[in-house]
Amino acid sequence: MRAFTYERPKSPAEAAAAVERRPGAKFIAGGTNLLDLMKLEIETPTHLVDLQDVGLDRIEDTAEGGLRIGTLVTNTQLAAHPRVRRDYGVLARAIVAGASGQLRNKATTGGNLLQRTRCPYFYDTNQACNKRTPGSGCAAIGGYSRQLAVIGASAGCIATNPSDMAVALRVLDATVETVRPDGTARTIPIADLHRLPGTTPQIETTLEPGELITAVTLPRPIGGRHFYQKVRDRASYAFALVSVAAVIHENGSGRVAIGGVAPKPWRVEAAEADMPKGAKAVADQLMAAARPTDDNAFKLPLVERTLALVMTQARG
Amino acid sequence: MSSTGSEPASPRAARALHEPSSHGKERNATVTECKSPGITRRDLLVTGAVPPVLSAMRAPAAKAEAPSPATTMRVAFVVNGTPRELDLDPRTTLLDALREHLRLTGTKKGCDHGQCGACTVLVDGVRINSCLTLAVMHEGDTVTTIEGLGTPENLHPMQAAFIKHDGYQCGYCTPGQICSAVAVLDELKAGVPSHATGDLSAAAEATHMEMRERMSGNICRCGAYSNIAEAMAEVARSRA
Repeated sequence: MRAFTYERPKSPAEAAAAVERRPGAKFIAGGTNLLDLMKLEIETPTHLVDLQDVGLDRIEDTAEGGLRIGTLVTNTQLAAHPRVRRDYGVLARAIVAGASGQLRNKATTGGNLLQRTRCPYFYDTNQACNKRTPGSGCAAIGGYSRQLAVIGASAGCIATNPSDMAVALRVLDATVETVRPDGTARTIPIADLHRLPGTTPQIETTLEPGELITAVTLPRPIGGRHFYQKVRDRASYAFALVSVAAVIHENGSGRVAIGGVAPKPWRVEAAEADMPKGAKAVADQLMAAARPTDDNAFKLPLVERTLALVMTQARG
Repeated sequence: MSSTGSEPASPRAARALHEPSSHGKERNATVTECKSPGITRRDLLVTGAVPPVLSAMRAPAAKAEAPSPATTMRVAFVVNGTPRELDLDPRTTLLDALREHLRLTGTKKGCDHGQCGACTVLVDGVRINSCLTLAVMHEGDTVTTIEGLGTPENLHPMQAAFIKHDGYQCGYCTPGQICSAVAVLDELKAGVPSHATGDLSAAAEATHMEMRERMSGNICRCGAYSNIAEAMAEVARSRA
């Protein structure tokens, strides 16, 4: 691990300013992803701004009947919150489908959204990776791509977003609240937080340098039955090959987002009008723009079948 | 050595659980033959009491890798009930602070990347991977390691249950397994759901499926999983 200096500011605005002031500075919250990457020298921050004293560690009801989740709320706290379990089951289910108990106890809400891809070529510093070293190429294309993206990728990067939580937040139409280094705040719809790679896969979000996620807000509950169905190579503690986050109402209408297939949670609102017609109609629209590799073409029928399973459960 | 069934916990078995070496139950069997009386294998490693020829070989490499003057930070936390203060390079993980600076070598370094769970400790009662957190992030925290859960003379119920149910073989993952297992029962009690929880609106029960799912962050290459689950089930029953 490269040497760095370390500070613990007392407010979100101070933290944002501290990161902007020092080139090479980074926020650290739970640290479960950042420290892993620092040990491998994939991340090499020169200064760490520890967020644990800035507040932002509570879950509060909003005036609109929703929920405001402080960025430092841990994955465990969020999944265990009574209102999340009652009103936003898809979120609780998605969180506990990811990582391990130890990691969920440390991983935070904001950190989960900003975790890096687990593409094996991003992790292997001997390999070309446009995300890690812009312009170096993509060894994943033509390489071992079974886990990687089938849609939303580019000629420069086929990495997936590894988060389960983000897929549920996408289905719930969450918004992300931030503060910028000049102290101004803004809100970003979850759909607009993650970027598609295009020719700049190293830029993964629409956040500005030093911009800090302060909270994630859920709109008022939409009812329905909540599902998070994750398909992976072992029963626990593995990343998704395909996951389906869904909220389905009694009349068969609802919402669906797919994880494990794209550089961001994949949702096509227009496809949801076809939910009463069944899984194939929805999956065909959702995945219409897919460009799979030979290794990961299996994900397309897997999306349809996983969605069919969820829809069957919703009827049962 | 067998520690199955209702065999009483022998002091030796308790030591193996308290601070298992990489040889686990055959602790120090090979080292004993060549060491001086009173010096353990770990003493040998820690004090650098190595034969002259080996020190001569190591010297140049050490010189070449001499780091630039390190900037250290003071961190104070409570470890196993004792206040401790350390001056640490900020890069020091909590795991390395425990093992290398406080010589609490019960907590094990397995993968050092949060994948195996051997480094699991309790911070303010919550289980975490001590390899994926910096010691300086734990100012004022209360850390409990396997050494703080119980002693060979006064085992934690989970330690006793692991011995009774033979919940280990080589012993390397065991301190992490036990710290994790203790926390899992607390998480169940606190209403934390898991992937194995059927009804999110009801309290999860300490079923085998729940135990297995919740322990998936602790890898055991010897495959003692079913015995670990038995040990946990017994402690859960005794608490119910």
